[in-house]
Amino acid sequence: MEFGIVELSRLQFAMTAMYHFLFVPLTLGLSILVAIMETVYVMTNRPIWRQMTKFWGMLFGINFALGVATGITMEFQFGMNWSYYSHYVGDIFGAPLAIEGLMAFFLEATFVGLFFFGWDKLSKVQHLVVAWLVAIGSNFSALWILIANGWMQNPVGAEFNPMTMRMEMTDFFAVLFNEVAQAKFVHTVSAGYVTASVFVIGVSAWYLLRGRHAELARRSITVASAFGLASAFSVVLLGDESGYDTSLNQKMKMAAIEAMWETEPAPAPFTAFGFPDQAARETHYAIHVPYVMGLIGTRSLTTQIPGISDLVAQAETRIRSGLIAYDALMTVRAERDATPPEVMQTFEDHSADLGFAFLLKKYIDDPRQASDAQIQAAAADTVPTVWPLFWAFRIMVVLGFGFIGTMAYFFWRASFRQMQYPRWALHVAVWMIPAPWIAAEMGWFVAEFGRQPWTVDGVLPTAMSVSALSMTEVALTLAGFVLFYTVLFIIEMGLMLKYIRKGPFQDVAETEAWVARHHNRLAGRRNADAIAQPAE
Amino acid sequence: MILHELISYDLLRVIWWGLLGVLLIGFALTDGFDMGVGALLPFTAQTDVERRIVINTVGPVWEGNQVWFILGGGAIFAAWPPLYAVSFSGFYLAMFAVLACFIVRPVAFKYRSKRDGYSWRNRWDWALFVSGAAPALLFGVAVGNVIQGVPFHFTDDLHTIYEGAWYAKFIGLLDPFSLLAGVVSLSMLVMHGGAWLTVKTTGEVQKRARAYGSIAALVAVATYALAGIWLAYGISGYRIVGEVVADGPSNPLYFQVERTASWLSAYADRPWIAIAPVLGILGGLLTFAGLRAGREITTLLFSKLAILGVISSVGLTMFPFIMPSSSDPRSSLTVWNSSSSHLTLFIMLVVTVIFMPLILAYTAWVYRVLWGKVTAKDVTENSHSVY
Repeated sequence: MEFGIVELSRLQFAMTAMYHFLFVPLTLGLSILVAIMETVYVMTNRPIWRQMTKFWGMLFGINFALGVATGITMEFQFGMNWSYYSHYVGDIFGAPLAIEGLMAFFLEATFVGLFFFGWDKLSKVQHLVVAWLVAIGSNFSALWILIANGWMQNPVGAEFNPMTMRMEMTDFFAVLFNEVAQAKFVHTVSAGYVTASVFVIGVSAWYLLRGRHAELARRSITVASAFGLASAFSVVLLGDESGYDTSLNQKMKMAAIEAMWETEPAPAPFTAFGFPDQAARETHYAIHVPYVMGLIGTRSLTTQIPGISDLVAQAETRIRSGLIAYDALMTVRAERDATPPEVMQTFEDHSADLGFAFLLKKYIDDPRQASDAQIQAAAADTVPTVWPLFWAFRIMVVLGFGFIGTMAYFFWRASFRQMQYPRWALHVAVWMIPAPWIAAEMGWFVAEFGRQPWTVDGVLPTAMSVSALSMTEVALTLAGFVLFYTVLFIIEMGLMLKYIRKGPFQDVAETEAWVARHHNRLAGRRNADAIAQPAE
Repeated sequence: MILHELISYDLLRVIWWGLLGVLLIGFALTDGFDMGVGALLPFTAQTDVERRIVINTVGPVWEGNQVWFILGGGAIFAAWPPLYAVSFSGFYLAMFAVLACFIVRPVAFKYRSKRDGYSWRNRWDWALFVSGAAPALLFGVAVGNVIQGVPFHFTDDLHTIYEGAWYAKFIGLLDPFSLLAGVVSLSMLVMHGGAWLTVKTTGEVQKRARAYGSIAALVAVATYALAGIWLAYGISGYRIVGEVVADGPSNPLYFQVERTASWLSAYADRPWIAIAPVLGILGGLLTFAGLRAGREITTLLFSKLAILGVISSVGLTMFPFIMPSSSDPRSSLTVWNSSSSHLTLFIMLVVTVIFMPLILAYTAWVYRVLWGKVTAKDVTENSHSVY
């Protein structure tokens, strides 16, 4: 593969997006966990819960700053690096981004300041409401961004307008209630909840291993394991739902993930392990599990899942149909309102395949002049590179089931074993901390790399979407982003570790006043000190 | 959906042109003082406590204010996709510089006071200064370029092509008129930051804020007037030739455009728009007087009026042009040829009408909760909860 402006722009987008998503999942989950902790504080009035809220809130704040900072890049780089994409689908894709700003960003950003600065200026209940608004705002932003992304995977509710040379919205509610978007939303926020739960359990486990802040750590594990267990189930179930949607709408992505070269008799087997070989279109050392693939992908015993070879043949047919649309489009563009109705009719009959004709633009300026060899090459281009998808998907799935196991174990110990945890489990929890990030990045990789060679599936090829920039410009900004983000990441990790090591800030006066007030009631309890005493 | 036919396409376009202005002005009125405060940080505050006072005047609100910038990006994407595509790819490296500032600034706010030590904090103070001053300057430079026209054209399938090599594209932005526009923007936002600090601080810091703010107000008025004179005599404008189809498809290639002697002919056609530049100059002078006289809230209001006047004067003068092309006037983006579809504009209007009042209401509530001066006592006693 030659390395040009398209590849460089893709690299920059992948880098900035994946970097952004290092911070997003923790924001999504921790905002809710902190709000839950504060809710317990407001209901029970126990200072330990306020301490927990403030401590995890502090870590949330450090993470949130970078999430906001790196998110700014995302909002603008469609225009900067993908200007033809922005022109071509902005009529649909821009709307959820703008609504995200109106509905979500303002909410979270306006109240996050008050969350940190408002402890003495608000009543307890007011502050609790503020904490929940931050959490709701964060999660709403995920909703809208996934509606936008869902449309790239499954472009519903829109059609091509030859007068404006772009896709235009025909049905807003179809875009909104796109089944792909909805499944992706729940899958993604659940992944965020799992991330935050693993993080909270991991940090708490580290405290317990060190014998520090045991009160804060035990309570935190209890909250996080309950929340995390539900979320881990949700992430796997909705991942399955996403897989089902994919097999309906993005058959090529599905076939690539499964390295399914040929159409198998239904129900198809699942390839659990193997080494995909793209050139030979076969998977070496494959281990098959019978029936499973057919069941996951079609939820039936009789529906076939098409293999890669058949899908390439279909793509070739669609390219040829797209060429008819392209030819008609040239007439429409020249004649405008004077276009003969039969040409208009031809265009409308074939316009759904117009994007496939654009695949030829990579080879030739006027796709109508393409040779058969070029058409076949363009059809073969519709297959994404299989092995990275195959592996990234399997790593994600294994980790997903790992989270269910870990969360279930900690939930069980928290609920039925007096919040006592063996040292080995605590060590596992600490080492687990990076795992959800790996799973989340793998998930995005599968979703986006699996959609190649398209930016909008079946509508607009990636190669056509880029801005007319020079390699130097993109190389400069890419270098700038890498440098910048690396420095910020080092600083962020440094601060995170510093504040974790330092532990919670403890409001001594408040804690003592509370203990004094409840002295009598506490004295009657066997493990009185375990309920409210400060950690150190 | 037929509901969107309730509002005609051309009216929706004008409404969204107005909303584009509202967004830019909202951004300048709110995040503008954050940038101004950043730019004033080294001048108004010497000791660490003073710096923390200055930083904490915007500490709880900058994050919400910055959303105006992000929403600006999103709304341009949704309502004016060609503008989004052409401007951000065209001003590529300048845009990167702005993004870099907006990436560093949140981090600087959050992290500066999380460690002790002079060099750590001093470095972040520099970051706050640059990330406040540089975008304030660059936004003005961008407007200066847009007023003169930008060298781009569309191909038949509406790919945007920029004329010139990449370095020429970047250096070319910094022509004298655009730099002057940059100084207008920077001094205006520094004035606004000074007015904000006057409201939120006391004592020495307030005194310095008033001194520097009033200088900035004078510079803003002088450079704005100078730019107006330059516009009258030295810069040509644009106009649409032939029939103007205001509700046609959004295709920039469907119009004919020619250069005119000056943008200011708009004032002959629509004399009422003169209210905008008058407001800009009057607001600037009143801000100067208010800062000198030691008025607080009124000065901030005057400063807002000045910003409202200056920004709206640019839009009203150029209407219906949004981003003219200097190398191929036919490719110019106008209100009539670069919007989203009728349906999208309608849906976005409905969403905006629902959420904008909500946003304004809760933002006002947050400002009310946080009302009052930031003092040395506040920042020293709450050092674990403020910046």
